Amino acid sequence: MSVLPYLVAVWLLAVGLYGVATSRHLVHLVICLSVAQASTYVLLLGVGYRFPGRAPVFADLPPGTSVVDPVVQALTLTDVVVEATVTAVLLALTMRVQRRFGTVDPDQLGALRG
Amino acid sequence: MSTGARRALVVAGLAGLGLLAVWAVTGLPDFGHPIGRYGVLAPQVALAKRHVTDAVGGVTFDLRGLDTLGEELILFCAAVGATVLLRAERPGEEEATEESQRVPPRPAGALRALGAGLGGPLLVLGAYVVVHGHLTPGGGFQGGVILAAAVLLVYAAGQLIGLEHVRATTLVELAEAIGAAAFVIVAVGGLVFATAAMANFLPFGTSGSLLSGGTIPVLNIAVGVEVAAGITLILTELLGRALFDDREEDS
Repeated sequence: MSVLPYLVAVWLLAVGLYGVATSRHLVHLVICLSVAQASTYVLLLGVGYRFPGRAPVFADLPPGTSVVDPVVQALTLTDVVVEATVTAVLLALTMRVQRRFGTVDPDQLGALRG
Repeated sequence: MSTGARRALVVAGLAGLGLLAVWAVTGLPDFGHPIGRYGVLAPQVALAKRHVTDAVGGVTFDLRGLDTLGEELILFCAAVGATVLLRAERPGEEEATEESQRVPPRPAGALRALGAGLGGPLLVLGAYVVVHGHLTPGGGFQGGVILAAAVLLVYAAGQLIGLEHVRATTLVELAEAIGAAAFVIVAVGGLVFATAAMANFLPFGTSGSLLSGGTIPVLNIAVGVEVAAGITLILTELLGRALFDDREEDS
């Protein structure tokens, strides 16, 4: 199926968002957010793939050969490292929440308290 | 709203979103045959005009360098944000409990041997990946993570990193700031020495050699330093500063 990679991306997004919305633990919620972000990587790389799939590195290829789109790969690689650090910020927030409120259950963190 | 009702609402909403998304992706070009011209032109321009053999590195740091500038600053802010959040948790109790908390149980002999044996090669590998980012797959982001892994390996093997005249955490913060500032300075250098910001203003060299691609290797090194220091800083704070031997030296 020529549309299967995009369906995988849609499925990952749906599963990630379902996990975020119905999570009972903040760490689980952060990981589900990572899953939803991974769906964007799959979609980007799937959009850029060009048969026969040679890597866009010309160290051993003659110039002018047909390669995979490097623009989406550039977007994805910066995004992966940034996602890791943003996940670190979210986990640091989770640790603060645990220390301040004593619970990491999102259902019990509904009210804003000063 | 009860949990069951919320779950049903989420499922209904995601089903609707999924249907719309499936309808959207079936309208995309077939997998493997994209129709855009940018993907074809970008590697040709990167090789012909910038003399870099790694088209992804050329796109990241030159053709789409402005996006990478933004991502780099996001990374910097995230590292600083995580540090601020985690340091606010320890008011005033650091000196007393640091001694007792810092010494982890002695790790296994195999782990210590691996750490001793692999620490140096991992540093060299990370530096290699950073510096050759414009020739082969790699670059600042990937190599920076490898360098941070080297620091973590030393910690996992039961050793602490101590420096003589400067606190190690201070050095890590300084390295991160210098990396981010270097990237911005090179970007502004494009504004000063060439036509626009992020323009490639150094000589391009011959493709395939280490000194090619103009500002691309310089940006790679800046990003490598910044990513390594940023991830090390986050790990330091998450582990309660157990990576470094930060006792006050009197030398």
